[in-house]
Parts: sequence; C-alpha cells; structure tokens
Amino acid sequence: MKMKHQQTLIQRLLSPHQFPGGVHPPQHKAESTNVGSVKAKIPARLILPLHQHIGEPAEPIVAIGDKVLKGQRIAKADGYVSAAIHAPSSGTISEISNCPIPHPSGMNAPCIVIETDGEDKWGELNPTQDWKKLDASALRNIIRDAGIVGLGGAGFPSFIKLNPGANKSIDTLILNGVECEPYITCDDIIMRERSGEIMLGITIMRHALNAKECIITVEENKPDAFNAMTIMAKETSDVKVVKVPTIYPHGSEKQLIQALTGKEVPANGLATQIGVVCHNVATAAAVYRAVYQGEPLISRYVTITGSGVAEPRNIRALIGTPMAELIKQCDGNPASLSRVIMGGPMMGYAMQTGQVPVIKTTNCIIACTEEDVVSEPTVMPCIRCGACAEVCPISLLPQQLYWHSKSRDYDKAQEFNLFDCIECGCCSYVCPSQIPLVQYYRHAKGEIWADEREKAHADIARDRHEFRQARIEREEAEKAERHRKKKAALAAAKKKTTEATSDDNKTLIDDAVAKAKAKQLQQGPAADNITNDKIETGDR
Amino acid sequence: MEFKTPTSPHIHSGATVSRVMLLVMAATIPGIAVYVSYFGWGVVINILLALVTALACEAGILILRKRPVLPFLYDGSAVVTAVLLALALPPIAPWWIAVLGAAFAIIIAKQLYGGLGYNPFNPAMAGYVMLLVSFPIEMTRWQAPLANTEASLSFIDSWHIIFSGIQANITDAISMATPLDTLKTELRLDQSVEQIITGNPLFSNLAGLGWEWINIAFLIGGLFLIYKRIISWHIPVAVLATVAILSGVFYLIDADTFSSPMIHLLSGATMLGAFFIATDPVSATTSNPARIIYGVGIGVFIYVIRTWGGYPDAVAFSVLLMNMVAPTIDYYVKPRVFGHKQ
Repeated sequence: MKMKHQQTLIQRLLSPHQFPGGVHPPQHKAESTNVGSVKAKIPARLILPLHQHIGEPAEPIVAIGDKVLKGQRIAKADGYVSAAIHAPSSGTISEISNCPIPHPSGMNAPCIVIETDGEDKWGELNPTQDWKKLDASALRNIIRDAGIVGLGGAGFPSFIKLNPGANKSIDTLILNGVECEPYITCDDIIMRERSGEIMLGITIMRHALNAKECIITVEENKPDAFNAMTIMAKETSDVKVVKVPTIYPHGSEKQLIQALTGKEVPANGLATQIGVVCHNVATAAAVYRAVYQGEPLISRYVTITGSGVAEPRNIRALIGTPMAELIKQCDGNPASLSRVIMGGPMMGYAMQTGQVPVIKTTNCIIACTEEDVVSEPTVMPCIRCGACAEVCPISLLPQQLYWHSKSRDYDKAQEFNLFDCIECGCCSYVCPSQIPLVQYYRHAKGEIWADEREKAHADIARDRHEFRQARIEREEAEKAERHRKKKAALAAAKKKTTEATSDDNKTLIDDAVAKAKAKQLQQGPAADNITNDKIETGDR
Repeated sequence: MEFKTPTSPHIHSGATVSRVMLLVMAATIPGIAVYVSYFGWGVVINILLALVTALACEAGILILRKRPVLPFLYDGSAVVTAVLLALALPPIAPWWIAVLGAAFAIIIAKQLYGGLGYNPFNPAMAGYVMLLVSFPIEMTRWQAPLANTEASLSFIDSWHIIFSGIQANITDAISMATPLDTLKTELRLDQSVEQIITGNPLFSNLAGLGWEWINIAFLIGGLFLIYKRIISWHIPVAVLATVAILSGVFYLIDADTFSSPMIHLLSGATMLGAFFIATDPVSATTSNPARIIYGVGIGVFIYVIRTWGGYPDAVAFSVLLMNMVAPTIDYYVKPRVFGHKQ
C-alpha cells in the first residue's frame, strides 16, 4: 500500500497558499459517477426530523390527520437560527413523535411522519422571476422561507450566511464544490447535471451579499464538473472557476479560504470577519429553485455507495426517505451490511439502523461491508513519531492533545488549543499505532462542555441559594421587628386605656389607630419596608 | 436491523508500527552489507546475539508486566534496538558484550520506563554507553578493516573470536584503533592532521578506510527512509549540517589541528546516528521546528566531544544528552496554530 500522506514539494510550491498537512485517502469516487443521477421512489412513509440544521428545532404547524400537499410548510422556524420544514410529497400526517434520526449519539428525536398518498401533488408555489428588483432582505426571506440550509454537511441556515451585517462588506463569495471526502460525489454530479441552476443560484446569492468577487472551486479529480461549471461561468464573465489540488480536507471552509486567499479565519471567528462567505454548490442550486420556481428544499442529491450496494450512484431523494429504502434501490441488502455511514468515511457518522431518514444535510450514504472500513484495530502505544502533527491542517500537536486528553488534564489540552481541532480525522488516519485520536478529542471536548454546564448550573444554584438565605434572614428580621412593635403598641394602648379618664372619644380614636397600626404590621412580608418605615415615622 | 456505530474516521492509511520498524530495518541493509564486507562476519554475529537477547528480554518482561507478548514482539521495536546497538559494537567484541548491552537496552532503558513509546532515552544508545563506560577495553578494541590485515576472517574465525574468549595473538593481529581514535590520539601528540592521514593504511581518500563507504551506505538507507516518509528530513539534515558547518569553520581556521568536514561526516557513526539513531521518534522531539533544534544540538555535541572531549566518537553521548532536553524543547517550541497570532 502506497502511503502518500502529504503533497509533494512541487505541488506545494505550485500553490503558494496551500494549507498545511492533509492526507490522500483512496478516493472511491469513480464507483458512483459512472451513471447519472436518478430520482428515488416516493417511500410510503416520510420521516422528517424537526432538527435537521444548526440552531433551534423547527416547530410543527400541522396536526396528526392533516392532509398536506407537496411543498407545504409543516414546521416553522423557531427563532432566527432555525429553518422551516416542508412536506416533500403529498399525504397525511400520521405521527408527530420521537423517531431515530441521523445523529452521532443514535438518539431519537421529534419527527413529523407523513403517510404519502403517491399522488405527489404540489401545493401552491410562488415563483419570483423578477428577483433582481427585490432587495437583499426580501431575497433572504424567500431563502429562509424555503427552509434552505447549507447542503455541504453542516446545515447552517443559508439566509444567515447571506446576511453579512450592515457594516461588513464581503469581498469574496466562494462556492465550495471541492468535495474532498472520499466516496461522496453528489456535488460532482449536481455540478455536471445542473450547472445552469447553480450559476443562477450563485447570481442570486451574490446579489444578496453584494460580493465583489466570486470563485467557484472544484477539486482536480472532478474534470467533468469543472468543465461544466467553466462553460456556464463564461456567460457570467466575472465568476472564476478554480481547480484546487485533491487533498483532504480541502473542502473544509477554513482550509479552502486559506488555500484560495492566503487569509486565515481567526480562531473562534467567522469567515465574514475576513470578508469571505462560503456556500456549497448544491445550496446554490436550492436557492435557484426557491427563487425561480418557488420550490422549498424538499429533496437533494444523495450519493449511495460503498461495497454494500451493487449499483452505487447518485439519487435525487426526498428529504425524509428512510436510508434503507435508498440502499435497496441501489441493489443493496441493508441486512448484510456491517456499517452504514452518513457522510464520508473521514468525518461521517455511523447509523444505528437503516430506518433513519435522509435529512437536509445527508450528502452521502455509504453502505459498508468489511472491505470499506477498518474494524477494531490493534491499538499500540504512541511512539511519538509526529505523523499526526505533519498532517494536521490546523498545525496542532495532536500527540500532545492525546496525552492530555487521555490523562484528563483538560486545562493542558485546552492550552494546546483542543477547541481549534476540526475533527477532520487526518491524525487518526495516519497514526501507525492506530490510536483513535479524534475519539479522545471528542471525549475531552464533551467532558469540558459538561464541566462548564455543571459549573454554570452550580453558579446558578449557588446564587439562588445565597438569595434565598438573604431573603429568609431579611424576613426573620422583619418578623422580629413586627413582634417588637406590636408588643410596644399593645402595651401603649393598654396603658392609655387604663389611664383614660376624661376624654372617652380620644381614647376610642387612639384605640382605633393602634389597632389599625397593629393590623398593618400583621400583614405578610408583602407589606414591605415602606409600610414599616411609615409606621416608624408615625410612631416618632 | 442494528449496525455497529464506531466513530469517524472509518478508514485508516494502513500504517502500523511494525511497518515503520520493518522499513527502518530494510534501510539498514546496505550499511550492514558494506560493514560486513569491510569487517567480516563479526558484525552479523553481533546482530544475531543482540537480536536473540533483545527479543527474549522483551518477552520476559512483558510476561512479568502481564502485557500481551506477541503484539509487542511483532511491533519490531526491539529488533530495531538490537540491530542499532549491534552496529555500534566492535565486530570482535566477546559475545557477552552484545548480550549484556541488548539486555540493558531492553530491560533497563526501555521496559522499566514503561515499554514501547515511554522510554525517555534511546535504548540502543543507553546500552552502548553503559558498555563503553563499563568495559572500555573490549569496547575500544576495534578490528582493522580486513583489507589492512594479512589474515582473512571466515565466519568460523569470527565465531571463534567472539565466543571462545580473546585469542590474544589473533586479536592483536587484527585489532587496531578506529580512524577517529587514531586521529584523536595522534593529534594529542602534536601531529598535524595531514601527517596522521598520509600514508596511514587506516585512511583512504575520503575518510577512514571502509568507514566512508559504510557511512555512504547508511546515508543511502536514510534517504530511502525520508523518501518513504518514515522519518522527516529535519533531524538528519540538522545534525549533518551542524557537524559540517562546525568542522568546516574550524578546518578553515586551522587545517592542521582540525580534521576536515569530510572526515567528520564519513567517519564513525555519523550517518548511522543522523538517520537511524537521532531519528528514533520515541526519544526525539516531535514537531518540525523542535526537530531542527534537537538535530542542531546533537550535531554540536558530536563535534565538541569528538574534538575536545575524551571520546573519539560521540554520537551516543550526543543523542542521550539531547534526549534529556527533548521534552523541554517540545514544551517551548510549538507551531503557530491556524487562526491564532503567534
């Protein structure tokens, strides 16, 4: 097996802004690009998780038993960072309950389930042909209402990334068609098949962002997609299509920006801070459909591949289609698989069951047999060879992070910038001792987050406790004061009654006043200090 | 239908510790071959003795430590230690030298610190230095290159010399100081470098007879390791450049008292040290800038000890001295992380 962990020196010299590190895992892309995409069958049940994006889960606006039409909104965005969800096909809402969703934890989460009627009948669509007349915020609203999120894998609501803020200017809009993870080819195929739609989507995005320049990036290993985009870009003269070297993780936003512009996104910062916005090419196509045709995001290109399917290919699947159905449609037997990965083999996560649905961020489903993946390697001690540091695109020292994470010395791990790790997996990939390094970092991050949450809880609890203590003390002081005053008032009244000889009327009035005062004093803690003050003043 | 859900990455490059060690071993073959051709079978016998001892000690301690034996024997690290140690021994040293050195390297310098990956010192060099300090006579009685002696040494002859104790007459006939040792001794007697070298059968055009080719062969093996990305270029280049520059400067100042860079680069264990010993990942520094500092440090020590110290060669001491400071270098030299200002 030939080990090519790094680029050759010549490659590096030719592209001066290259990011450090990176690996060259076997591509496995040709398998699924031999044939064009096909449309998937409409499944009997569509399972739509309310949380398919970064941000707050969507909020259902339908009830069980409702009939819905294709494209109809069934859940609304809850807050600013959220995304609406639409019915991918017509049918009846049969369930709103917890179902397995694609998530690293394998958890169940709230989903809307639609029993499809097979008619696939569209609801009313509102296309906007003359979008150029709209201002940026109106365009963003269309994109937001269509439920569009980043289709590259992260799923951040796209309209937010089209809003650079009032006082920020965007120099560069980068369209990410790099697709550096092995196996995944959905961006490749969509660029070949829908370059026109992508280009129109880019025009809309650029209009919304008012970006000075626009670059479409395609990795060298996709010449057909590169040519398709280049031909389309010729019509819009100032959109550049750039070929970038094939190296993982070139498609990672920060690394791509560094390679193209030489600028680094500051740690804990955003690309907009350096005047760059990055969108996936498939997102551009979705934007086009939302604006020109009024179609919300209800389907996407998904690569179905891996040696567990006989006909690996790209499928245009409705969001909500169970993964097992798509595997079957590519001539695979879900029961015979050893692992099902959503995403690529470097960063994707393994599904617990084939019943989890395709969501907005599902770019690839790898139906794995033992051939595709490593299972249970013999882990040896770290020999400090530093191969991990050589491939780290962030220039971290993965080995030090490993020692500190392993020994639970999380302060030290953070000193070595644990939270800058993008979990790309390069270090684990090259480790000769086969140490699952990324797993250690994830665990450490999780522990630190848990600690922080606990600390925050403890802080709140302590504050509450202290507040309660203070209140109790104050109340007791007040109570004691009231008792004292009541006693004094009663004693005074008694004295007056016994001393009263001449003026009965006056005595009666004094009595009434004393009683009223006593009554006022007897009122609960709500009768606050102010009342006491008044009484005190009165007494003096 | 339930699937396994291990976390990403789901694929691996196929690199293993065994593969790393295997390639290191493969890269020593040209050097060993040239070494044998100049100094006879004693080299091979030393390697075999050290190998058997190292593996036996490794297995024994692993059993005592209740660790899995086979994966650790299979990783090849003990083999590398044994071979590197054996290559540093005089080819006519008695058998117990190799055995004792290998046992010390594996038991004391490696396993007692926690085994593979945990030893702060290069085990082979720790073993070598222990021998050199404890048995100076055996360790400095080097054999002359076969070309310089009347006697030819068959495998059986070497076997006899190593196992049946010192056969005084044979050994005297074939033993001689190393070129570096000769230079050191003679320079103390106020001879100039040129006077020492000219006409001395121990020296050839480049450096010590035989030694120049042994060093070139190890250089070739080392380049192979860099090409295969088993080692990075930083440590060897830093070591060799430092030795070359220092010796070059002093040679230019006074060519009579200081030997040429050529002699320094192609004598003794320079190439073996730079490519195979200093690059031992466990005991070296880990990031590239730290590797340069580490390599420069070894280069400086090699030159200083060879020139002004008490020992003719200095690779082992230099490596061990830098092993001591490796963690400190690693602590202070950190690369700038993406998105952070320095």
